[in-house]
Amino acid sequence: MGHLILRVTIKLLFAPIILFALYVQFHGDYGPGGGFQAGVTLAAAFILHALGFGLDRCQKVIPPGWLPVGMALGVLIYAGTGIYTMLLGGNFLDYDVIQPDSHHHAGQHIGIIVVELGVGLAVAATMLQIFYAFAAREPEPMDDAW
Amino acid sequence: MLLAEAVAPASELLAESEFPGLSAAFAVEIFILAMLAATAFAMIRMRQLFGVAMLSGIYSLLSAAFFVALDAVDVAFTEAAVGAGVSTVLVLSGIALTAKRELPVDRERTFLPLAIVLVVGAALVYATIDMPAFGDPNAPANVYVGAQYIERTPEDIEVPNIVTAVLASYRGFDTLGETVVVFTAGLACLLLLGAGSIRGGGRHDDEEH
Repeated sequence: MGHLILRVTIKLLFAPIILFALYVQFHGDYGPGGGFQAGVTLAAAFILHALGFGLDRCQKVIPPGWLPVGMALGVLIYAGTGIYTMLLGGNFLDYDVIQPDSHHHAGQHIGIIVVELGVGLAVAATMLQIFYAFAAREPEPMDDAW
Repeated sequence: MLLAEAVAPASELLAESEFPGLSAAFAVEIFILAMLAATAFAMIRMRQLFGVAMLSGIYSLLSAAFFVALDAVDVAFTEAAVGAGVSTVLVLSGIALTAKRELPVDRERTFLPLAIVLVVGAALVYATIDMPAFGDPNAPANVYVGAQYIERTPEDIEVPNIVTAVLASYRGFDTLGETVVVFTAGLACLLLLGAGSIRGGGRHDDEEH
């Protein structure tokens, strides 16, 4: 069990990174960030864990089969919001029709949150999928291989 | 509005300097740009690909710092997360699949790329002559729709972060396109590399090995 310092650091950082990703995801209306940044941050947490503890343990938590589903689901949530607003009689992605009676644009807020959720899911799944695709091909490189 | 308030103090703090003419913000920007150039030259000189990957991560981190200095926090955030974080790891995983060292190139073959780089670089420098000053309120990006977004976001959408309002609502269709691009990139990687990952994620070697 080498890399003791790395592993302890990764264990300390793992949960705060995920918490930060969720903060960025849901605070995107108010501060910098949004779905894209949150998705990448979330994927980075799992990639960091996989680098320290091995790909197998990461794939036990997030099986590779889930990731294509997550990628597609994210895009579908986004596009589905657009279809939903069309079904309500508005234009594609015209969020105002979700809550037409609201005086403080609740429809816009709901639409943005849902759409950002779709972006976050699609980006996080895609980033992890690309990492899995590369990292799963060969055994991890030895330390002296560089 | 909240975003502007949260971001403004950093640049104002930097702007207060004892030397008139040479503000601290300007000095910081010049320092970061010099570091960027030094990192780029180090990457060109280095043959060991592990070091090149690390330097490219440092380059992204410096770019992110530069974007913060320009008050573009959203862009800086993305650059730090994607450029310095994920893409460095992906390049490292790529290196693990190929050689660890870059082969030297014949001297005769370096002239054409050098000429292309010089011409493109000269064109870019020539283009900057026509560019408006940084933060110019009359710049084309800040009038027309840009001004409209800033004026109308508080009434239309009531979201404090105008960047989010533009990204997810005014330009929602564009962002849908970007999400599909990300999805397509993942799909392409899956098709080219990841067939083994679908079947339970088992590692597999190509039959030639």
